[in-house]
Amino acid sequence: MDLKDLYRDVIVDHNRNPRNFGKLVPADAHADGHNPLCGDRLSLYVNLDGERIREVKFDGSGCAISVASASLLTEAVKGKTREEVHALFENMHQLLTQQDPEVELGKLGKLAALSGVREFPARVKCASLCWHTLNAALERQTEAHTDVQSKAVSTE
Amino acid sequence: MSAHPAPATGAATVGLDVAAIRRDFPVLHQSINGKPLVYLDNAASSQRPRAVIDTIARYYEHDHANVHRGVHTLSQRATDAYEGAREVVRRFINARDTKEVIFVRGTTEAVNLVAQSFARPRLGAGDEILISALEHHANIVPWQMVCEQTGAQLRVIPISRSGEVDFAAFEQLIGPRTRLLALAHVSNALGTIVPVEKFIAVARRHGVPVLLDGAQAIPHSKVDVRALDCDFYCFSGHKMLGPSGIGILYGRQQLLEAMPPWQGGGDMILTVSFEKTTYNQLPWKFEAGTPHISGAIGLAAAIQYLEAVGMERIAAYEGQLLDHATQRLAQIPGLRLIGTAPHKAAVASFVMDNIHPHDIGTILDTEGVAIRTGHHCAMPVMDFFQVPATARASFAFYNTFEEVDRLVAALEHTRQVLG
Repeated sequence: MDLKDLYRDVIVDHNRNPRNFGKLVPADAHADGHNPLCGDRLSLYVNLDGERIREVKFDGSGCAISVASASLLTEAVKGKTREEVHALFENMHQLLTQQDPEVELGKLGKLAALSGVREFPARVKCASLCWHTLNAALERQTEAHTDVQSKAVSTE
Repeated sequence: MSAHPAPATGAATVGLDVAAIRRDFPVLHQSINGKPLVYLDNAASSQRPRAVIDTIARYYEHDHANVHRGVHTLSQRATDAYEGAREVVRRFINARDTKEVIFVRGTTEAVNLVAQSFARPRLGAGDEILISALEHHANIVPWQMVCEQTGAQLRVIPISRSGEVDFAAFEQLIGPRTRLLALAHVSNALGTIVPVEKFIAVARRHGVPVLLDGAQAIPHSKVDVRALDCDFYCFSGHKMLGPSGIGILYGRQQLLEAMPPWQGGGDMILTVSFEKTTYNQLPWKFEAGTPHISGAIGLAAAIQYLEAVGMERIAAYEGQLLDHATQRLAQIPGLRLIGTAPHKAAVASFVMDNIHPHDIGTILDTEGVAIRTGHHCAMPVMDFFQVPATARASFAFYNTFEEVDRLVAALEHTRQVLG
């Protein structure tokens, strides 16, 4: 277990200077995520052009892994379609939880920096919180007209 | 500079032979991530000395059978050991009678038992239960539940910025509607030693019964329930070198006699028929089902170990460790202690600028240093100090000054990685 695998330079950088940090008001889609174990709280805001994410921002507070992961997420999903985001979500899930993920790291770009997290099982939820929150925001937006009750995503 | 020079042997001025004590704890002698383990998560759960582990093994290898049931030799041995353990606990806390010593699963179960069996039948709409703002969830939620069941109100005594329970506010809050005061003896999240004697004296004047959550107090200092003059005292085995899944509810005999059983089943009855069941006498009235026999026996072994070391010496040595830790931690730039009451148990809760406690915990673990990070089952305390979580180093008498220095070095390393 090498600490440098977890806190890679990209992650330290995105924690210190999170990209796309802030609110989008109004937003086409929005969800709150909470990790009760460590108290991480993230909110994700998305604006869409049809099926494509035009703009995405996050705010909240959390550990270095959750902040960096959310920051990297915003860079990665901007301009992608729902379908592409869903595929990315599946890849990230594999990357974070499986010992030999069948994911081409090259396709993940900077997100690959999070691959070290799987060696720290207690921290996987920190990295995945933003992805679950984005999923919830997009699903909720699909159901927007059915007036789904707003409920925070929880990793528990 | 440190408050106490770290002696090379780990021996302290109070005459505790810490090196010898450490040899009694097998778990301490291992490496974590290539570094010697520094175990500073004692407020969550302590470690066990060889004497406790061996006592439990010996019980299972030679004496196990069910208690209070058989005429055969093993059942008699198991019963003697189990009831002998109760006497060890009674003496340790200076209860009048073993009838006042109920074996439960832990502090949480003890509080729930009192909430449901003692408080619930006495509570109605408009009645109040008084707790403080530094309580563990185990001394909050059972009272919220009983309030929901009865229409009673939960009132909360505020705490100060240093983490002390506000005595003046307490004197204002207690009144004719107060039915119970439930207070931590020592705060798990902050380390504050609550001067419970003062609070109990006032509660007595108002005729209000008092429950103390002693989970964090009893491993670190001498507890005398008669001197405290409390009505209920709750604690857990696993925080005081004993097994998990065993704990104690001490209750004043007169109150326990008047309380209905909490759970029904075997062992808590004298006679059962479909028309009428008569309940067993104390303490068995509150011990339905086969109890955690080996847990009770292991707890007694833990108490005997603590007594052999000496609770006063433990308290004095841990005080020195805390002073040393407080001084050293204060020198780390950007580190802020949460909980700075003048009288504290050996708990150092803290936050660091721009570094989340969860990251501190992970980086310390790679240095072999085990601490707790999170809300410590005291979310209202985190809200009060406006932090999502803290990092908490909590010490036991088998910890050394060198280990405090290892903690400080690991925190410096944390700053280099993420600061």
